[in-house]
Order: sequence, then C-alpha cells, then structure tokens
Amino acid sequence: MIRVLGDFDLAEDAVQEAFVQALQTWPKRGIPDNPGAWITTTARNRAIDRLRRDRTLREKTETLTRLAELERLGDDEADMSAIPDDRLRLIFTCCHPALAMDARVALTLKTLGGLTTAEVARAFLVAEPAMAQRLVRAKRKIRDTAIPYRVPPPELLPARLDGVLATLYLVFNEGYGSTSGPLVRTELCDEAIRLSRTVAELLPEEPEARGLLALMVLQHSRRDARTTPDGELVLLEDQDRARWDHDAIDEGLALLDAAIAGRRPGPYQLQAAIAALHARAPRAEDTDWPQIAALYGRLALITPSPVVALNRAVAVAMADGPARGLPLVEALADELDGYHLFHATRADFLRRLDRGEEAAEAYRRALELATNPSERAFLERRRAGTAAG
Amino acid sequence: MQYILLIYGDENAWEAVPPEERAKSMQEWFDYTQWLRDKGWYVAGDALHPTTRATTVRVRDGETLTTDGPFAETKEQLGGYYVVDTENLDDAIEAAARCPGARGGDMGGSMEIRPIVDFEAEGQPS
Repeated sequence: MIRVLGDFDLAEDAVQEAFVQALQTWPKRGIPDNPGAWITTTARNRAIDRLRRDRTLREKTETLTRLAELERLGDDEADMSAIPDDRLRLIFTCCHPALAMDARVALTLKTLGGLTTAEVARAFLVAEPAMAQRLVRAKRKIRDTAIPYRVPPPELLPARLDGVLATLYLVFNEGYGSTSGPLVRTELCDEAIRLSRTVAELLPEEPEARGLLALMVLQHSRRDARTTPDGELVLLEDQDRARWDHDAIDEGLALLDAAIAGRRPGPYQLQAAIAALHARAPRAEDTDWPQIAALYGRLALITPSPVVALNRAVAVAMADGPARGLPLVEALADELDGYHLFHATRADFLRRLDRGEEAAEAYRRALELATNPSERAFLERRRAGTAAG
Repeated sequence: MQYILLIYGDENAWEAVPPEERAKSMQEWFDYTQWLRDKGWYVAGDALHPTTRATTVRVRDGETLTTDGPFAETKEQLGGYYVVDTENLDDAIEAAARCPGARGGDMGGSMEIRPIVDFEAEGQPS
C-alpha cells in the first residue's frame, strides 16, 4: 500500500478504514473468498477517495492562496503591472456580493492596492486590529463558502459591477488624497484607472463604468498642479491650470459624453459632470458654481450622504457667499464631527466671514483629525493666519 | 462542495393559501426539485411541519426542559431545506434563487445558504 500510495499515514488510515468496513459488512454478507485481497482493494479505494477530497480542498484554498500570493507581490511596484486578467479575476472575487461591502473594499485595497493593514484601517477611520479581523473574516468566507476565483459569466456580470465600481473609486480616493506620505500616491490612482478602464471596456453597455473612468481621469488630470515643489497642498482655486493634463481632460470629457449618451444617469456620471465643469473653466473665477451646486443637489437625491451635503455647501458658498453656505455646513455637525474636512470647511467659511477666533478654533479641531502631512501643513498655515489676524 | 439551503418564510401565509392553489404551488416545488436533480446538484430536501408542531428541548444543569413550540418566535420560520452539492457559491446562489421559497409576496421568502462542514477534509471549522 505504501509503495502504491507513497504516504505512510494515508496507507495506515486506509487499511484501518477497510478493517472497519469489513467488520460492518462481513457479518451480513459473509466472508469473501479472498479476505486479504478484499482488504487491500477496499483500502486502496478509501485512499483514492481521500486524495480526491484533498484535491478538492486544495482547489478551494486556491483562491486563498492566490490572495496571499498577490498580497506579498502587491508591495512591490514593479509587480503592479502584472497580467490584467489576473487582477480582474481578483477584483471580481474581492467584490463578490456574498461579502459585506466594507470587506470588499478592504480586501481590494489590501490585495490590489498593496496597502498595509494599517493604511487600510486609516482610510476607513477604523482601528487597525478591527481592520485586520475584517480582512481575516473575509478571506475565510471566500475559502469556506468556495467563492470562485474568476470573472463572473456574462449573465452575472452587470449586477456584479456596482460593487466593483464602488471599490475602485475608493482605491482611487486613497491614492488621490493619501492618508499618509505624499498627498498623491500616483500608483494607486493609476491602478484604479487601469482597472476601471478594463472594466469599462468589458461592459460597454454600462454608462456608470465609463462615468467612473471619466471621473477618475478628470480628477487625476490635476495631479501636477495640486502640490508645490515642497509638497504643500494647493487649493483648486489657486492651481496653475497650465499644469493640468489637458490630454487627460479631453479624454475625460469624451468619456463623459459617451456615458451620458447611454441615457442612464447615475452618481458617477454626475460626479464626472462636476469634475468636467472645473476642468472646462479656463480660470477659477470662470467656474460655473451654480451649476455645480445644482449637480450636487441632484447627487444628494440619488446618493444622500453628509459628505455630498458638505460638498454642496462648498459650492453654494462659492456661488452665493459663505453666509449662505455656513448654515448648510453646521447642519452636518453631528454626523461629521470626526471628519477633518468638515471642520476645515467650516473654518474656511468663518475665515471668509472675518470671524477669526472661531475660524482658528475650527482649524485647530481639523488639525486634531487630519493625518496627511500636506493637508496638515496647509491647515496649520491657515490656523496661524486666522489666529494672528 | 455541499451547502444547505434553509428556506425561511411566513408559515401563516402558507397556511392561509386555499387547497386548490396549494396544489399548483406544490407543482412548482416538484419542478424545482427535478431541476436540481437534472443539474446533478440535488443531495437531499424536505418540507417541515410548521412551528406549531415543534418541540424544543434544552438540557440545563442535567435537567431536561421540554417546551411546546420553536426555539424562538420569529417573523419568518424555517419551513424546509435542500442540501445541494455544487462546484462553488455562485451555483449555490443560482440554486437558491431558482427555488420557489426565495420569492417575496405573502410568504416573504428568504433562502439562507450555509456551507456544510466537511470534518474529514478540513479537520475542524475555523
């Protein structure tokens, strides 16, 4: 047996099971003519069954192994340009509807975005041990429920798309306004754009896929103007628009037009339209703020969220003055008290209304919460300016 | 891989269905079971008597406590199950979605899919 199977433990177990089976069946059916041969044959069949089960188990754990492999590769930038097919399989697996949304996003950021668990935790304002648990549970669910490692078949593909788009946008956002290190982690934005492009090509009938790509491309077009050579933050209104990537803007605008032609509006197309209005303005003062405020109003109807309301307040303040924007911001105090941009926005409105002391206090609060060094430097300058004035 | 599909629904709504309509409904279930067999996915399946026929047993401090009724009163109750053997979760989801028990309407059905532990293959669940 061992000669045949090459595994001492397996052989021993198989023979043991064969004896057990003999004890059960021989009293009923009588002892076979050649008991020794019967035992050997039965043992061999048992062992084969066991090997087959083990192979099934290995196949089940293939997904988990792939995830682990790709995790190790993910930290090395060179490996980010690996086979597109593999990344697509992985992203649909990570975004499977059987996983909770926060698990999908966390898993994608960790395996495809190459972030550390700590960085993923910060991106979601969650403690690191909790995030580590979330990731472990998600991987176990993939393994134990046999979520397949593949791009879904055509009949399932459109429904699976929503989860994927939301995940990709979160990856992009992590790169666009990174919680640690340089303000822009270009490789994350590039990765999100690359994946989004593949998805949009795979699903040409889905305007939101193209809408998301347009949004990312338009936002990313501003990357060279968003920081000074010293790595300090430059506000949109102060950016040198000659440094915007105008080829990317052209591409983004074309993508948006193609998406809108699909006549199925959605949140990504709306956000892309807002980004397009910024991109089209030759100078900051040419920006069509009323239209932007209106678009945020529409967005708030489809995807109501305090962050959308905050952005709308910013647009209203630009269109109609900070006195109109301030009450809109302050209405969000309970929901957004832990969000540094809420306090930074409120501080900005107070500053523009010459309420320096209150502004300085709000900047201080924002600084308690902000983690990105570029943003912190900017907030500190503003705080010092309002405290002094 | 084996999964159990637990069929939850409002059993009172089912009881309220008139007998002639129930026969038509039963045909849907028979057709579904046959579809599972044709797919090679069917392992087992049963309908359960309603929770009015349930008995709950608990042993506490060596004492056996027997009560009439289900372990807990719930808005929807376990009405039946299927055990299926499919290649992956997507196929199990397809099987669950196809089941008459998944539909809404009066009975407000939900199908809970749970993978079955294979102790021999995995040792123990983690």
